[in-house]
Amino acid sequence: MSVLELHDVHKLFGDNHVLKGVDLAVDEHEVVVVIGASGSGKSTLMRTINLIERVDDGRILLNGDDITDPDVDVDKVRARIGVVFQHFNLFPHMRVIDNVTLAARKVHGTAADVARDRAVGLLEKFGLGEKVEDYPDRLSGGQQQRVAIVRAIMTEPELLLLDEITSALDPMLVGEVLDLVRDLKAQGSTMLMATHEMSFARSVADRIVFMHGGRPLEVGTPEQIFGDPQRPETREFLARITHR
Amino acid sequence: MTDRAAESAAGAAEAWAPSELELERRLTRKRASRRSVLIALVSTVVFAAVAGWLVLSSPGWADVQQAFFNPEIAKDSFPKILEGLWLNIRVLFFATIAVAVVATLLAVMRSLRGPVWFPLRALATGYTDLFRGLPVLIVLYLVGFGIPALNPENRISVAVLGTVGITLCYSAYVAEVLRAGMEAVHPSQRIAARSLGLSHAKTLRLVVIPQALRKVVPALMNDFVSMQKDVGLISVLGAVDAVRAAQIATASTYNFTPYVVAGLLFVAMSFPMIRLTDHVSARMAAREQQGGTV
Repeated sequence: MSVLELHDVHKLFGDNHVLKGVDLAVDEHEVVVVIGASGSGKSTLMRTINLIERVDDGRILLNGDDITDPDVDVDKVRARIGVVFQHFNLFPHMRVIDNVTLAARKVHGTAADVARDRAVGLLEKFGLGEKVEDYPDRLSGGQQQRVAIVRAIMTEPELLLLDEITSALDPMLVGEVLDLVRDLKAQGSTMLMATHEMSFARSVADRIVFMHGGRPLEVGTPEQIFGDPQRPETREFLARITHR
Repeated sequence: MTDRAAESAAGAAEAWAPSELELERRLTRKRASRRSVLIALVSTVVFAAVAGWLVLSSPGWADVQQAFFNPEIAKDSFPKILEGLWLNIRVLFFATIAVAVVATLLAVMRSLRGPVWFPLRALATGYTDLFRGLPVLIVLYLVGFGIPALNPENRISVAVLGTVGITLCYSAYVAEVLRAGMEAVHPSQRIAARSLGLSHAKTLRLVVIPQALRKVVPALMNDFVSMQKDVGLISVLGAVDAVRAAQIATASTYNFTPYVVAGLLFVAMSFPMIRLTDHVSARMAAREQQGGTV
């Protein structure tokens, strides 16, 4: 059974048909990278999986549970999924440690000292041990994004959604964030990520999904997609993004 | 079916129609929302019934009804009170314009930077501190009885003095709201404007204040609704407004119904503004949320 399964997912904003029947599966410990031009539906896809946007048709299964069922408790579903955003979205009025432990303490009911120990352990492991008591505005963009990732994995989510997490970063700082994602892959995290970093996509992905016109137009291993793309749209996209 | 009709039908199918599953989900959601509405309706009716029963069954209800809800007296006093309300509306109109001007000046004065402007800044700060602290009633007494005493020959109408008093107080409140709005505009906006070569004054007028106003519209509307009823306080100066008219009617009938009538008229006057405030706030919230169902 796959961790995440999408069956014929549609999403419309008014007359704008953004997702036109998306079928997709992410297996356990698998890293699936979604690529595609702006407006191809990558972000919307991420948002429907986290139930920020309600799908207009189709079904999304999280470890077999239909999370698009109207009777489902959306907060419970979201507690099972970790999300990292393009703009970090750390809470500026909380210290790093409080940002990271918030969900553990207030949603999962973990004791404060237990949550703190685990958070400090994770932060130290990812080179943020010095920053535990700092407020987010004292951190660089790369550090903030790493804190945001630690916040997302703190509660051991079944699935991690990474939505263009390096797009708002200085090129110098992209590397440290991507190294962290590699570490997560090595530990066996299940991830679905949207990105414009093609070389990173190539090195970290088990499978690449090329979104075009609201559909996954081509799916395959990085070798297939980057080495021998079958669709003209894929070839055109890759030519445009790599020859800038 | 003609070929063309078949073609367009095929096109429509291509354009996607909701599946059985989606239709079932929509039905479930509709049922759930219908259930919520029903529960809200029933609980409202039950609450109203209990509250009504408690009042109506109290031993003094008959006397209270006679003293506060007498339809005869309400009908008789209504024209005079309505006439008084017209005075309130005029006072409100002029006070609103005056407050808008004075408050903007105060807010701008308080936001001036640099040592040259210290006197103006201090003046504005002192003003807002003083008039936010003073009870409106005391300001009205001081203005209403103090200013005429300065020059007993020329009598100024009490309605004008009341307008001045209300303006003095509310300018201080509104100036603070505006200043908070101006400070909430991100500093990068000022930097961008100054980088284009706009002066401090033009930056304020063209870039900062328009954005500040948008941020504080709900707070400003709240102050306006509050002012709408505080214009009733000018009755203490002897102006025959709605409250004063009600007082006169009460004195001649030994019945409190005219006050209830005046109160209802004030509520009716503020009602459109309150609804408008809600509407504007909701629209702004919706715009900032940019979709999403969180």
